[in-house]
Amino acid sequence: MSIGILSFKEFLAGDAQADRVVPPTGFTASLTVFSAGAMAFLAVFALALSLATSRLADRWGAELARSSTLRISAPDEQMAAQTAAALKVLETTTGVASARALSQVEQLALLEPWFGPDLPLDTLPIPQLIEVIENGHGFDSAGLRLRLAAEVPGAILDDHTRWRRPLVRAAQRLRLLGWLSLALIGGAMAAMITLAANAALSANAQVIRVLRLVGARDAYIAQAFVRRFTVRAMTGAIAGMLAGLGAILLLPATEVGGGFLTGLGFQGWHWLTPLTVPLLAALVAFFATRAAALRTLRNMA
Amino acid sequence: MGRIEHEGQPVIELENVAYSYGGGELLSDISLTLQPGSFHFLTGPSGAGKTTLLKLCYGALIPTAGYVRLFATDVRNMERDDIAMVRRRVGVVHQDCQFLDHMTVADNIALPLMVSGRDMLGEMANLKELVSWVGLTERADAMPPELSGGERQRAALARAVIMSPDVILADEPTGNVDWEMSQRLMRLLVELNRMGKTIMIATHDLALIRATKAQVQARVLRISNRRLQLAGADL
Repeated sequence: MSIGILSFKEFLAGDAQADRVVPPTGFTASLTVFSAGAMAFLAVFALALSLATSRLADRWGAELARSSTLRISAPDEQMAAQTAAALKVLETTTGVASARALSQVEQLALLEPWFGPDLPLDTLPIPQLIEVIENGHGFDSAGLRLRLAAEVPGAILDDHTRWRRPLVRAAQRLRLLGWLSLALIGGAMAAMITLAANAALSANAQVIRVLRLVGARDAYIAQAFVRRFTVRAMTGAIAGMLAGLGAILLLPATEVGGGFLTGLGFQGWHWLTPLTVPLLAALVAFFATRAAALRTLRNMA
Repeated sequence: MGRIEHEGQPVIELENVAYSYGGGELLSDISLTLQPGSFHFLTGPSGAGKTTLLKLCYGALIPTAGYVRLFATDVRNMERDDIAMVRRRVGVVHQDCQFLDHMTVADNIALPLMVSGRDMLGEMANLKELVSWVGLTERADAMPPELSGGERQRAALARAVIMSPDVILADEPTGNVDWEMSQRLMRLLVELNRMGKTIMIATHDLALIRATKAQVQARVLRISNRRLQLAGADL
């Protein structure tokens, strides 16, 4: 069997004898374990960022895409009448699935993050908000604005377009940034493991010469190195992943701050996704070391 | 010079071989045939090219001209895996022995078995017998740096023969040992030859060659001025 078709199954089964032919110690061992651990730690955060921004983009997209807000600013004595008129206009507008005026409690909750929980809403000239939910086809914003201007002079329609799109776009770019970070982390880990593998192969040139002298095939020699580096990378990555998960657990809960960054973490089955990090680290180490070993053995031929 | 031959099917054959390195020709127009069961000494001054010629004989070097056939296959047509398979049929003893210092003497002797995927448990009896044959039973669990020169040479010889190879090539196997140990090593090699193994030993120790020739029918080849020739009757 040539190294080109080195069986992954054979690799997983391992060869206790082959594992022994490479000296067990050396700085490359610590270097590989440490770099894999550090990269896995960062990968967990990048994964959390990607998943959190995915959730955010989905939520913003879903929540804002089909909703609009009608704001009615009118003197107190006209507020109820204009609200009723606006609701009537909305009921007869094609494309509007439902419309409802927000209660005082709901409006208070919206203002609470800025003014605190004891806001005396009844003493302030707060506009009445009406939540408008579109149906599948949506409504004609321009036409609705014209009708509202004629029938409800204090009404201003905000279809969220101005700020929804940049927010969703920002969330999508953050998500992309997270995946890009993961790719870069994988690449950096591959580079570091390749360097460590090259160093180990160079340091063990004598071992390779002896193995060749006694009839070892390149596949056998490469596998001894590949298996060792893959196990080291996986070990480091498991430690790094556990540390990363611990750090994520120590982040403040979403409810505490209510902001975006406190939502950085995993939810539901997403807690299982960091388990893929050590496996991916092992795969990266496998292919990086295999490529380095093949190159070195070819050059030493 | 004419072809140097021995009766029978050749195990190693060199035909008009030249080898150049760094712009200079180290060996020129070498023709040599090693038949099964033959015993050869390769002699010549230091730097004459004895080690280079041995390396050509087990595929560690590729000739720059001419042909090297190992077990009837042109070495140029061999993949690296094919060369590895040839190495299992050619036991090599280097002057500096070349051990894996992190493994015990017994493990080093068993290394060819390990790399060929043999069942080590099944080979334990053979291994013990071989270690005993080279007189290293007491040193089997020692690490290679703890061995004396003679012990290292005997361990290297044991490693070279553990796969029961057809050919044994030894490069100055007695270079670092005293006369008594040299004699002991040569007796082991003569014994192997009597078992049918083809032996070629590179050495510049003429006294050792003379002493060995008293025990076995051996040909003495000399490298001189990059060429191979049969040594004179004085050897």
